[in-house]
Amino acid sequence: MAKKVLMKGNEAIAEAAIMAGCRHYFGYPITPQTEIAAYMAKRMPKIGGTFLQAESEVAAINMVYGVASTGKRVMTSSSSPGVALKSEGLSYMAGSDLPGLIVNVQRGGPGLGGIQPSQSDYFMATKAGGHGDFRMIVLAPSSVQEMADLTIKGFDLAEKYRMTTMILADGTMGQMMEPVELKEPEINEYDKSWAVTGTKMQRKHNIINSLSLIPDELEQLNFARFERYKTIEENEVMYEEFMMDDAEICVAAFGIAARISKNAIIAARQQGIKVGLIRPITLWPFPTDVFAKAADKVNSFISVELSMGQMIEDVRLATGCKKPVTLCNRAGGMIPSPEQVLEKIIEASKGGNK
Amino acid sequence: MKAKRLTLFAGHYGSGKTNIAVNYAFELCARNLPVIIADLDIVNPYFRTKDSEAEFIEKGIELVCSSFTNSNLDIPALPQEMYKVVQNKSKYGIIDIGGDDQGAVALGRYVPYILEENNYDMLFVANCFRPLTTTPEDTITVMREIEAACGIKFTGIVNNSNLGNETTSDDVIMSLEYIKKISDSTGLPVVMNCVKADLYGQLLGKVDNLFSLTLQTKYFDINTGGI
Repeated sequence: MAKKVLMKGNEAIAEAAIMAGCRHYFGYPITPQTEIAAYMAKRMPKIGGTFLQAESEVAAINMVYGVASTGKRVMTSSSSPGVALKSEGLSYMAGSDLPGLIVNVQRGGPGLGGIQPSQSDYFMATKAGGHGDFRMIVLAPSSVQEMADLTIKGFDLAEKYRMTTMILADGTMGQMMEPVELKEPEINEYDKSWAVTGTKMQRKHNIINSLSLIPDELEQLNFARFERYKTIEENEVMYEEFMMDDAEICVAAFGIAARISKNAIIAARQQGIKVGLIRPITLWPFPTDVFAKAADKVNSFISVELSMGQMIEDVRLATGCKKPVTLCNRAGGMIPSPEQVLEKIIEASKGGNK
Repeated sequence: MKAKRLTLFAGHYGSGKTNIAVNYAFELCARNLPVIIADLDIVNPYFRTKDSEAEFIEKGIELVCSSFTNSNLDIPALPQEMYKVVQNKSKYGIIDIGGDDQGAVALGRYVPYILEENNYDMLFVANCFRPLTTTPEDTITVMREIEAACGIKFTGIVNNSNLGNETTSDDVIMSLEYIKKISDSTGLPVVMNCVKADLYGQLLGKVDNLFSLTLQTKYFDINTGGI
């Protein structure tokens, strides 16, 4: 099916997951991601898959743990407060080296917050997915097409590195409708000899477990895991550069904020301001080198976010504070307007962001 | 299309019902008819009839919607004034029904009044570019599910096949075969072929019952203007 269809971002994630071979979905409804579950409820029974509305988010992530243990492709989805509930399970999956895809269509917080879009789970996704020393690969789509493409990529990365991948979207990305081209993906086969699939009396039992009571052994497990993370940091960084060639000001933004920023950058260029965009597509691993190189060229950075300023910390770390980094933001479910971003760019062009 | 006293729009989730209902209200208003439009969507808290409230006020169109609409309180609620749409026959009523069978359930309690008055069009909105209604067979399945949920049969079909801002006139032409198959299988007439306003001129005379839609745009739509 290479023809284009008109999809909501949430539906694109669900269909792409099915195309990637996911036949097990566990979730619990929450706005603004409910369409993922609704779509799975309609499609899974028709293709011999499992759709199960769990009794809670905690139950859903533990069902994901169960299926992941058998080496099958599995996913769950939720929105901010629901993802927070899953953090225990995410940590257990990390401790058991299990692959899986988790989708967060963010809404305004903290607490129950509201149902309008937000990017304020950047910290939770990239720094604190749960307790203990672990990382998740975090992918940030910026169009409905990318919701589909990164879902497929997310399953691949999860299996390749035996860890969870998170799609970090937001309410607008989940709800907006755009044409999507769904291409049949090539599915890579990875070693699954660790999976719990029955020994047939021919091999030793595989054990999936995150309990490790001997500290020096547990330390070795952590060391090994972080070696793997290093490989990921070296090989899997994804980003987009937009009008950066001659840029004197660099906007940093992901997801919906990047789209708004592009419109503002086009407007600023019309006024003769040399401004460009670095859009991280992987939030972890963060495109540290790209920002570090940009810091040698541009005069300043502006981080555009739907939060009180979270990614801005990574931009500052990546650039070693060589150049000023200022924030342009809205929070609580509000979205920065292109005019607001443009104003900030104009201010920066006059050197007013020191 | 000659307006019945009541026009109801139902269909698959995301098929364009609200946009069509709003544009149809403007159309009836332009014909100098008194119009009342009701938002009966209990499924989706976003993209509601109420988004066009300013234009309704300007044109004198009465809006009926739940007091929780656009309040971000995400609970299914019916408008308390809904009975006036079906019982007060002095205005032309347009009812925007929520998506799929889950959305259509809400219509059920008003159906006896609608059937008794018997001056209505129950229209199915179809878009062949929506992934779960790409074939006539799948589309008819959704139609039957909606009819079963709300207890009223469709009387006509609205073709709203589109790819959003990327829709071309060829896409619309291509959809005619799909919509004809649905029409032939169900025996229902195609009462409207909806196109976004900029395609209207190109397709006028080539497509029957053409209906021009003005779409809402958001500022995060990708800016296609050059530098």
